[in-house]
Amino acid sequence: MRLELADWRGLLRPGDVLVAIGGLLVCGYALLALWQGGAPDGAVVRAGGKVVARVDLAAERTIEVPGPLGVTVIEIRPGRARVASDPGPRQYCVRQGWLTQAGAVAICAPNEVSLSLTGRAADYDSLNY
Amino acid sequence: MTPSTIELTPTAEDRRIARHAAAAIVLTVAEAAIPLPLPGVKPGLANIVTLVVLARWGWREAVWVSLLRVLAGSLLLGQFLAPGFFLSLSGALASLVSLGLAVRLPARWFGPVSHSILAAFAHIGAQLVVARLWLVPHDGVFYLTPVFALAAVVFGLINGLIAARLLRELQAAQRPAGDPMER
Repeated sequence: MRLELADWRGLLRPGDVLVAIGGLLVCGYALLALWQGGAPDGAVVRAGGKVVARVDLAAERTIEVPGPLGVTVIEIRPGRARVASDPGPRQYCVRQGWLTQAGAVAICAPNEVSLSLTGRAADYDSLNY
Repeated sequence: MTPSTIELTPTAEDRRIARHAAAAIVLTVAEAAIPLPLPGVKPGLANIVTLVVLARWGWREAVWVSLLRVLAGSLLLGQFLAPGFFLSLSGALASLVSLGLAVRLPARWFGPVSHSILAAFAHIGAQLVVARLWLVPHDGVFYLTPVFALAAVVFGLINGLIAARLLRELQAAQRPAGDPMER
């Protein structure tokens, strides 16, 4: 029995190739769906401890939240969100930038506004480097 | 010895099934000697025999061969009624059901390789469900799905190709019925 590549390829029928490709697609889908726990699916905005907005991260939008010091502007983009501007003195929540992980939180304490991302598997509140 | 009062006359089909099952059992035992990086990921070489029997002798005989292989293989490896046995059994049953459906696909387009890959997916699917419901009652089991799915594609493809090759050689040899595994 000689083992030649072309010989083996001749054993494949057209549908076989499709089935194999389909199998790889299932594999890839499982990989993305199961091993990507950190992807956020929504954002929750709180002011003074109360939820003022609960939105998904599919569409772009801007949310203006009034607080004791003024208006905090929250920007929602597909798959991420950030505090665009805040009247607070130290701007921690603004400088935190875009939140992209499920469970990530930006807190504007002086203005009593917080932005958090929700998801299936929320691992950490925030990550700093 | 007194002669037996019960006369069991094996038919040609019985002999054929026994012969194929024996070949499958040998492959099962040989495969158990191969060290593998992850528990649960196995080439499943015995399924080559199942595929050949399916193509040559039909689904009913393939069921016999496959289930006899699971039973005798587990006895030989000391796994009978152990968790591994039930995983094998559930995988084999799901594979057989999927094979029963897959052989109805148009043969012009779908050959042993398709059967093999589809059966491999049914196999891991059933095993994952059994493992989740009974052995590891936690969704963490499904974290391994991508690994198992990749193994199903790769080993399904290889086993299917080997089965297709064997079938072609058998056809070319045009051996008389009842002797297909002896080469």
